[in-house]
Amino acid sequence: MAIWIEEDAKVLVQGITGKQGMFHADKMVEYGTNIVGGCTPGKGGMTVDLQSNPYPVWNSMFEAIEATDADATVIYVPPPFAAEAIMEAADAFDQIKGEGVVVCITEGIPTLDMVKAVAFVDNRPGVRLIGPNCPGIITPGNNGGAKIGIMPGHIHAKGRIGIVSKSGTLTYEAVAQTMSIDEGQSTCVGIGGDPVNGTGFIECLAAFEADSQTEAIVMIGEIGGNAEQEAAAWAKENVTKPIVGFVAGATAPPGKRMGHAGAIISGGKGTAEEKFEAFEAAGIACARDPSELGAVLLESLKAAGLR
Amino acid sequence: MNIHEYQGKALFKQHGVRVVEGVHCTSVSEALDAYDHLQSKVVAVKSQIHAGGRGKGNLYSPGSRDLVMEGGVKIAFSKEDVGTYSENILGNILVTKQTGEEGKLVKHLYVESGCDIAHEYYLALLVDREQKSVLIMASTEGGMDIEEVAEETPELLHKLNIDPNAGLMGYQIRDLGLALGLQGAAHKSFGKMLKALYSLFLKEDCAMVEINPLVRSSDDEMIALDAKVSFDENAEFRHKSWDDIRDLSEEEDVEIRAKETGLSYVKLDGNIGCLVNGAGLAMATMDVIKLYGGEPANFLDVGGGANEEQVKTAFSIILEDPNVKGVLVNIFGGIMRCDIIARGVIAATESLGLTVPLVVRLAGTNVDEGKAILAASTLNIHPADDLAEGAQKIVELIGGEV
Repeated sequence: MAIWIEEDAKVLVQGITGKQGMFHADKMVEYGTNIVGGCTPGKGGMTVDLQSNPYPVWNSMFEAIEATDADATVIYVPPPFAAEAIMEAADAFDQIKGEGVVVCITEGIPTLDMVKAVAFVDNRPGVRLIGPNCPGIITPGNNGGAKIGIMPGHIHAKGRIGIVSKSGTLTYEAVAQTMSIDEGQSTCVGIGGDPVNGTGFIECLAAFEADSQTEAIVMIGEIGGNAEQEAAAWAKENVTKPIVGFVAGATAPPGKRMGHAGAIISGGKGTAEEKFEAFEAAGIACARDPSELGAVLLESLKAAGLR
Repeated sequence: MNIHEYQGKALFKQHGVRVVEGVHCTSVSEALDAYDHLQSKVVAVKSQIHAGGRGKGNLYSPGSRDLVMEGGVKIAFSKEDVGTYSENILGNILVTKQTGEEGKLVKHLYVESGCDIAHEYYLALLVDREQKSVLIMASTEGGMDIEEVAEETPELLHKLNIDPNAGLMGYQIRDLGLALGLQGAAHKSFGKMLKALYSLFLKEDCAMVEINPLVRSSDDEMIALDAKVSFDENAEFRHKSWDDIRDLSEEEDVEIRAKETGLSYVKLDGNIGCLVNGAGLAMATMDVIKLYGGEPANFLDVGGGANEEQVKTAFSIILEDPNVKGVLVNIFGGIMRCDIIARGVIAATESLGLTVPLVVRLAGTNVDEGKAILAASTLNIHPADDLAEGAQKIVELIGGEV
């Protein structure tokens, strides 16, 4: 078991004929992801070559899911059309299967579009949205696995650490840290750095807690909002597995957006210090330097009798 | 993206939100003409900068930094007053608690008719990240620092989340009006204004609309006496008109240039320049520099798919800052291959004639090739295997100056 995405999950690619979509679809197939085709309105019927094999393209997500019985979709659609792509996928999954995972990689979607899209997805309880503005989700397998997104597949290995993060490259750093102490990952979820997104920290923690493959969790937050504080308080009551945490942005000046649309300290709220304190109050073992995540995780595993 | 009060009020007017008459001016003579035009005995002369706290701020002469006038918003009772105040404001530096010590040069002025005020309120619309919806906040405590109100008398701050599927509903408007103690004509006027503001917020892709104070006039009209409006930059593609109202002089020149080349840059006060891929890792890099006793000079995210040219632009932007005494490059290659970054770093340092110490930490895709390229170069590049080692090295290399 892993969370939400099994190793052999059937995956569609929205925007598969675009430059980004095609490039990453190819990398996903190379990793071993079970890509079953893609969707680009107006290009239905054509095929796209990934790793020298042809993959079908459909005009709509309804057609694509009907034809493939896909479990998940990954969106590489430009910002003006991305929110609608999310809603199309959610609607199709809901009507056809009653469930599905929608992963949106796109960065730069207008916030009010996301307010609408998230409300739309929330009305379809079987559908899960991950992102936007995120690296995606990966469940490494014994041989390949399901890589749904833009993360470098080769740095991962199957194991028992669940990782959840708002960041992209900082997640890779966390993955590398687990590997440095010979630990692999169950599932790694990038929830994205936008102010309004789908799946949050708490849902990830709950899923990792319930997952038999996951034995410890790494949680990476950043400045802005209070999702980390809420997650920490929730974890204190509900998570029995060891959690190791880091928060980026201790040196960020207030009122300045640090790359991610959501990474901003406003009105003195959402600082890294506030979040670290919340982590510590919840018994989460913190690394103040991400290069020490491995060492802190190792200690936590030992303390829990897992090493 | 922020806009000036006078621009926000023009937008309000366009969407049917009641404001008082006012004129945007850029010179003293325009301000005097505005006074004649408004035909109001009392007018407000208001400094226009992208920062709050203008009324309580002070104006200083840009050269000598001598105090010119206390208060960036003045009430004028005569044409002479308008002349004096506008002369004291235009071309001087306004320092408020939001601008920092350096303050902001005032180039725009808003001269506005007076208004008979019965009571001052606070009203704001913004996106609530936790509830994932638009939030309306209102209070009877207008004209005050709203964070203080929230802290000390939270019961006086009324909050209303709008269901994106249902929109702003009649009962919500009525309840909020009653919570503010509004009755009769004032309550009706408030409802009309709130509907207009919510529609403006959605149509214009706002990030925030704040009116402090919102006033009830002596004849029970609700009037926006202030307008703080900011837009969601992600929606720029569908608002061509923003180009015309964007005041680039209010933004950091170097941050604009960085954005044009697809880089995300924020200048800080330290002396160690950073070049990183990914926003989270870029923040973490700054944090680790500080942890090991250094001070970061900037935040810089080159993005996920940066090319050699972008790396070069990134270097030139970092090195423009005279405070920079050393540079730390931290790349975790995912999509971006380390060998490409290594070539970019070498090309950039050669063409820019880098004289300060440079530490490069590479990890991820093609890391061995990248490291080999750096090792083979004759340039003085210090390699590091992880972030902590990189940060320690750069702090040591610029030793004594931290």
